[in-house]
Amino acid sequence: MKARVHVMLKNGVLDPQGEAVRHALGTLGFAGVNGVRQGKVIELDLAETDPEAARAQVARMCETLLANTVIESYTVEIA
Amino acid sequence: MHAAVITFPGSNCDRDLVTAFEKAGARVSRVWHKDTELPEGVDVVGIPGGFSFGDYLRCGAIAANSPISRAVVAHAGRGGYVLGICNGFQVLTETRLLPGALMRNAGLKFICRTVELEVATTASAFTSGYQTGQHLRVPVAHHDGNYTVGADLLAQLRDEDRIAFRYAAPVNGSTGDIAGVLSENRRVLGMMPHPERAAEEAHGSTDGRQIFAGLVGALTAA
Repeated sequence: MKARVHVMLKNGVLDPQGEAVRHALGTLGFAGVNGVRQGKVIELDLAETDPEAARAQVARMCETLLANTVIESYTVEIA
Repeated sequence: MHAAVITFPGSNCDRDLVTAFEKAGARVSRVWHKDTELPEGVDVVGIPGGFSFGDYLRCGAIAANSPISRAVVAHAGRGGYVLGICNGFQVLTETRLLPGALMRNAGLKFICRTVELEVATTASAFTSGYQTGQHLRVPVAHHDGNYTVGADLLAQLRDEDRIAFRYAAPVNGSTGDIAGVLSENRRVLGMMPHPERAAEEAHGSTDGRQIFAGLVGALTAA
């Protein structure tokens, strides 16, 4: 079973890298980019076969290691 | 006084930290990240600067979940002292022994220079040898030193007098120009600047030396 985790900075946390990307896009002539937020995607290949159990397991991984919930939020997709 | 200095894969200030503790009069044990226990009778744990685990995932995140870090959290829980410098500070926020998080510098550049710090409190074993408001010259060398806390937590840190050091002028975008913070019991200090690199005449500044001397003094008298 595959899982995909998206980790993003929480709303309200200033994202200096996203801001730099937005600025660079403007410099390249891409007008109208109002905001850029940069995050990460983590793909996991799991032995677990039950989707709900896999989701719960990945949520625990996020809370423990994959995200820093002080500044980041995460979403989990199971496929 | 017995100090333990941890080495993670990618730590690069561990020897400097050992030397700073030794020159202050401490006995120092070196501890490897896979060790599961600290040596018997350790008073203070030093978590050095560097790039533990290559800064993969987030700075300090993997080190914070390594076997020795569980022992460090237990040591702090028993009222033991911990000093985390630079990457060590990042590790301490990742273990939640200290609040907040260290994000990418606001200017996105790695900053490597000597900065001016202001001592914000003398109410800790780490800072008791300084005067409040005293200025120190201590080097920084980091890419992710932008200390980030929300407004509520910032107010709490101020109310509880837990800000140990501030940058005298903005360096990396950190909230309230915070350079170092203390835990609630004032026995865990995390700071981005490197006092172990300002501990001998040859370093060009000895302003950081008092942190080690203060710790040794407080823990030897006790």
